[in-house]
Amino acid sequence: MAGAIIRMPSQAKRGEIIEIRTLASHPMETGFRRTERGEPIPRDIITQFVCTYNGAEIFRAELHPAIAANPFITFTTVATESGTVEFRWSGDNGYSMTESAKISVV
Amino acid sequence: MSRETRAMQDDDSANPGMLSVLEGEALWASNGCAGCHSSLKGVAARYPAVDDKRRLLNLESRINLCRVEQQKAPAFPYEGRELLALSAYIGNQSRGMPIQVGVDEKSKAHVEAGKAAFRRRQGQVNLACMSCHEENAGKRLAGSVITQAHPTGYPLYRLEWQALGSLQRRLRGCLTGIRAEAPGYGAPELVELELYLMWRANGMKLETPAVRP
Repeated sequence: MAGAIIRMPSQAKRGEIIEIRTLASHPMETGFRRTERGEPIPRDIITQFVCTYNGAEIFRAELHPAIAANPFITFTTVATESGTVEFRWSGDNGYSMTESAKISVV
Repeated sequence: MSRETRAMQDDDSANPGMLSVLEGEALWASNGCAGCHSSLKGVAARYPAVDDKRRLLNLESRINLCRVEQQKAPAFPYEGRELLALSAYIGNQSRGMPIQVGVDEKSKAHVEAGKAAFRRRQGQVNLACMSCHEENAGKRLAGSVITQAHPTGYPLYRLEWQALGSLQRRLRGCLTGIRAEAPGYGAPELVELELYLMWRANGMKLETPAVRP
């Protein structure tokens, strides 16, 4: 499973507002659907997304069953210092995925 | 296709089909496809095609043939993750190239068979493909615009499916919709219909992985 696609600038000016776009691969099964035989399909969703910038949390989202498959989350932050931006998705059935991207601030 | 859907398709960081392309790239490496093939640029724009042994193959059955005959490995199940990912990866390499299928002598009979299927009324509702997709294309069926049925972006990410799917899945959905009996995945009738639709779209640019509503 290809985990996620992250798009953000690799270089930015100090104080600049940068846009971060994340696309995570996940079926986001709602738990409300049934199979052809009428058996319920158990819920399997991402419940939380957290983004940290050099260890400090800058964005957090709670996800719910009404969110489409392959959640696309985009947000902005201010480029303050060079370092690593880490992304973490966690959810049902012990699901956990992390990605990271580097940014250099000049 | 709305402006929003088009924007989603054109932006690789927003197009969910690209997740499958990346997965296909990983499968390409882990299955050792690169041992024989360097690049398959342009290949997807030429399928379905008739091979040297006069078998009509679409891209999915070509991939599986390679697996069974060359790699001596079991075929991937149709519409499974692996096959969709590999065909998306191969299709993506031909993105922007004009479709060019069914122009040789060998495939002529198959194009004709597909054309006949496209025009044949069938099912409880007694509709042919062309009843909607040619005679009423551009009008509305429920809330949606009826397409001209040019399969330029398969396998594509359909928002309704919430997943990537093949052209055969789409055809089977349409056939079920007119309450006809849909042939199974990989059935020759479906491949002939695929071939005819691609032949009809000759010259249009491939946009795999497309996004559709």
